[in-house]
Amino acid sequence: MKPDHLQFFIDPSRCIGCQACVHACTECDTHRGDSMIHLEYLNRAGSIQTVPVVCMHCDQPTCAEVCPADAIKRTADGVVQSARKPRCIACGNCVVACPFGVPEVHEERKLMMKCDMCYDRTSIGKKPMCATVCPSQALFYGTAEEIARLRPMSAPSNTFQFGRQTITTRVFVMTPRGTVTLAPGLDVTAVLDDRSGGDVFADMEI
Amino acid sequence: MATPIPERETMSVPPDGRPHSEQPAWRQDFPIDWPQDQYVERRDFVKFLTLTSLAFVAGQFWIAGKHWLRGRQAPPGAKRIAAVGDLVVGGSLVFNYPGEHDASLLVRISESEFVAFGQKCTHLSCAVIPRPNEGIFHCPCHEGVFDLRTGRQLAGPPPRPLPRVVLEIHDGEIFATAVEERVA
Repeated sequence: MKPDHLQFFIDPSRCIGCQACVHACTECDTHRGDSMIHLEYLNRAGSIQTVPVVCMHCDQPTCAEVCPADAIKRTADGVVQSARKPRCIACGNCVVACPFGVPEVHEERKLMMKCDMCYDRTSIGKKPMCATVCPSQALFYGTAEEIARLRPMSAPSNTFQFGRQTITTRVFVMTPRGTVTLAPGLDVTAVLDDRSGGDVFADMEI
Repeated sequence: MATPIPERETMSVPPDGRPHSEQPAWRQDFPIDWPQDQYVERRDFVKFLTLTSLAFVAGQFWIAGKHWLRGRQAPPGAKRIAAVGDLVVGGSLVFNYPGEHDASLLVRISESEFVAFGQKCTHLSCAVIPRPNEGIFHCPCHEGVFDLRTGRQLAGPPPRPLPRVVLEIHDGEIFATAVEERVA
């Protein structure tokens, strides 16, 4: 079974910061005790808004591009895998290069580890751990039809602009409907640059 | 809305976005996509087979050449090992013959009988240990057993008998005069 029709949708505006995804990720047998998901505060001083950061599984994986040891591979279903243990030299190039800040180097193991979309689960059609526990379904794993029915006010987007680098990803981010049509992709660096009031959603009509 | 999953062969997109045919050659050698990383081209496989076979052929010639060179060497001269009185019956002595680093074993089997063999086991060159009261040489590495009188292999993995050192006794002195390599 090749669950190509199932997609991962992240809706940061629904995140309530409950840490359930972090702990569910920690439970996974393939990396027990370590969470591969980052639950980040957007602006700790000005807001309690959090955002769960999982690997976006880019079509142009920058981590793999910069890997000098040829350790990061992308399987045929579009999932960028965690570093191959025999190859990884824990140089940290991927940590620096990833535009989403996903990979982490475990210095004592000499290994980079990152979210692989629970490959043991999703490759047989199950949901990733984080998506199974998220109470507000900020992390949603399902079909495009399901998300369209459940979130009529939002539209999925998977194109991101980082300076001159355009990235399309396998994982989708839900954006308020209307913003996507304004620009081909979310210009992440531009948003970061003019973050004045600390509320990145200030100019969006939510 | 959902992006279609691209073809297996051209799944990951290079950063400059140009087609794979316009990419530098190293990109094919270090592909990002797992299926291509695991893929061995027929040409690479044939190259590997050819080079490996050539290496084996070269190795055979090298072995043959070494054997031929050894055959052209002058036979080693006689060398005094010990006096007859130095060894009690059942006693043994390690000596170097024909070369400086070729350990051999001299064993006194009875009052009048002496035998000598190379000490290197013919299996993997461990040093064999004489056990005169059991009538064998024993190799402790892989439980190889050789006959004490003839040097023939009796048990275990050794493929050939131990090389025999030819002895001569003159006036109570024992001399080694030649080494006799034997095949099974």
